[in-house]
Amino acid sequence: MSSLAVRKTAAPAAGTAPGTAPGRPPRRRAALVPTATLLVGALYCLLPVAWVVIAATKSGSELFSTFTFLPGTGFAGNLTDLNAYRDGVYWKWMGNSALYAGLGALLSTAVSALSGYALAIYRFRGRETVFNVLMAGVLMPPVILAIPQYLLMAEADLTDSYASVLLPLVLSPYGVYLARIYAAAAVPADIVEAGRMDGAGELRIFTRIALPMMVPGLVTVFLFQFVAVWNNFLLPYIMLSDDEKFPITLGLFTLLEQGSNTPALYTLVITGALLAVVPLVALFLVVQRFWSLDLLSGAVKS
Amino acid sequence: MTGARRIRKAYGVRGAPYLFLLPAAVLFALFFALPIGYAMWLSLHKVQVKGLGLGAGARDEVWAGLENYTDAVSDSELLAGALRVLGYGAIVVPVMLGLALLFALMLDTERVRFAPVTRLAIFLPYAIPGVVAAMLWGFLYLPDVSPFYFVLVRLGLPQPDLLDGGPLFVALSNIAVWGGTGFNMIVIYTSLRAIPAEVYEAAKLDGATPLQTALRIKIPMVVPSLVLTFFFSIIATLQVFSEPTTLKPLTNSVSTTWSPLMKVYQDAFGKGDIHSAAATAVIIALVTLVLSFGFLRAANSRTRQEAAR
Repeated sequence: MSSLAVRKTAAPAAGTAPGTAPGRPPRRRAALVPTATLLVGALYCLLPVAWVVIAATKSGSELFSTFTFLPGTGFAGNLTDLNAYRDGVYWKWMGNSALYAGLGALLSTAVSALSGYALAIYRFRGRETVFNVLMAGVLMPPVILAIPQYLLMAEADLTDSYASVLLPLVLSPYGVYLARIYAAAAVPADIVEAGRMDGAGELRIFTRIALPMMVPGLVTVFLFQFVAVWNNFLLPYIMLSDDEKFPITLGLFTLLEQGSNTPALYTLVITGALLAVVPLVALFLVVQRFWSLDLLSGAVKS
Repeated sequence: MTGARRIRKAYGVRGAPYLFLLPAAVLFALFFALPIGYAMWLSLHKVQVKGLGLGAGARDEVWAGLENYTDAVSDSELLAGALRVLGYGAIVVPVMLGLALLFALMLDTERVRFAPVTRLAIFLPYAIPGVVAAMLWGFLYLPDVSPFYFVLVRLGLPQPDLLDGGPLFVALSNIAVWGGTGFNMIVIYTSLRAIPAEVYEAAKLDGATPLQTALRIKIPMVVPSLVLTFFFSIIATLQVFSEPTTLKPLTNSVSTTWSPLMKVYQDAFGKGDIHSAAATAVIIALVTLVLSFGFLRAANSRTRQEAAR
């Protein structure tokens, strides 16, 4: 972080051209190639999003007849159709996704915080073994887990339930890894020791002293896990058959599957896809004002 | 402080980490260890039908040894799926990481404009579920609604079918590249920013051009994060499932067994043969572990030691 600041201010402010505002260095010529490259990259990434925004405004007949990037007149109609589809099951899916992702990420953050703190602060037998075993979980392909998880859930009579999608995702090896890094960087050992001197119990030290210090890192864990659960497809695809419990990804997929026989459903899929993208994009736009994306890769100020 | 109290407190400090790790341990046992063990057990067993196969107890699970494994390995469809995914991965991983590195380097250039906006735009696809991304691109590939076809038709150029044959690989790879570039760009950009400023000052004094600085200093210094992103990209690519599954309703060229993972799903839930599905899943897991860890070991053991601290 500091290196960027240093390089920015190192830009020479000498040779102020006449006519520029006093106290401000002159604008320097933009680096053309890097700027152009980044703009092309941004356009590429925004293309499908721009397309879905425009396509959602088209009525069923306009979708197949007018130029792709020409806005249509059917947005209100598409919304009404989507609301009416199977008594508003679409909003049920959105609600389910919010529940799976919100509650799942909250539980996951709590478990990660406890484990990460324990692994960072305490010295105990088997610490590295525990950490390595937990980390190995991140390497397990979801499929080798998902099928036996389904069969075991079936044994416990839990398939096709909210728990079957929620519980397998609570333990996030990546979350534990991040929480451990943050705890090691943000919670000084002498503060923990001082808490003990004052006679505070271990749990109290954790909740009152360490947890507040770990908050920025835990926000990252929460967001990462929220996105991971919101975007998950395989687990609900395997676990659920009752579409009242579907998350939005699975709901839209079944809608698209039916759409291959009845293209009239395409406008519903497109409008639904747009509305499914909005919450997460909004979340990121709001959050990135006070949350650095850099935290995602585990960068900690030391 | 009494002796008893001191003992209790000492025990508290000693026992606390185990208590704190208990939820993770229970979850790990239930949702990682148990399923993996069960999958291995299943892969070594098969169903034997007694008599006419009627009534309860007529279907027995008996020891199969490595039979399921030899069947899976000699299954031509699984092999074809593995080759398809290798071809797909050979496009996705280099292109995605190449673009991520390129964008990260460009972001780190002096006098670059619009950096915050473009950085956010390139990162945006990370927030979009793979299923929805595959849908959006799927529609953009459909001749009836695609702007690409609109332009090709107007210009009188040939219109390749993007959802068949060779172009299908490019079409599927593009979805993964689109979705993954931003995240990897952030990881690489973060480590670029961690390079001390003095390094650049020295390069400047030596008269290095921005290109030379990028090639000789920046890229060598971000090798550890390149290794890490490569490692995770290999794992993600070998497990491709959502994107081809989502494109399936739009084209007949994506079979139900297009990728090895789709075959596992098809075996388990389409054919109801959980034993051979388990064997195939174990094989995929082993191949993933061997490839990803083999790569990691070969690349460097230094970053792992640092990460473990």
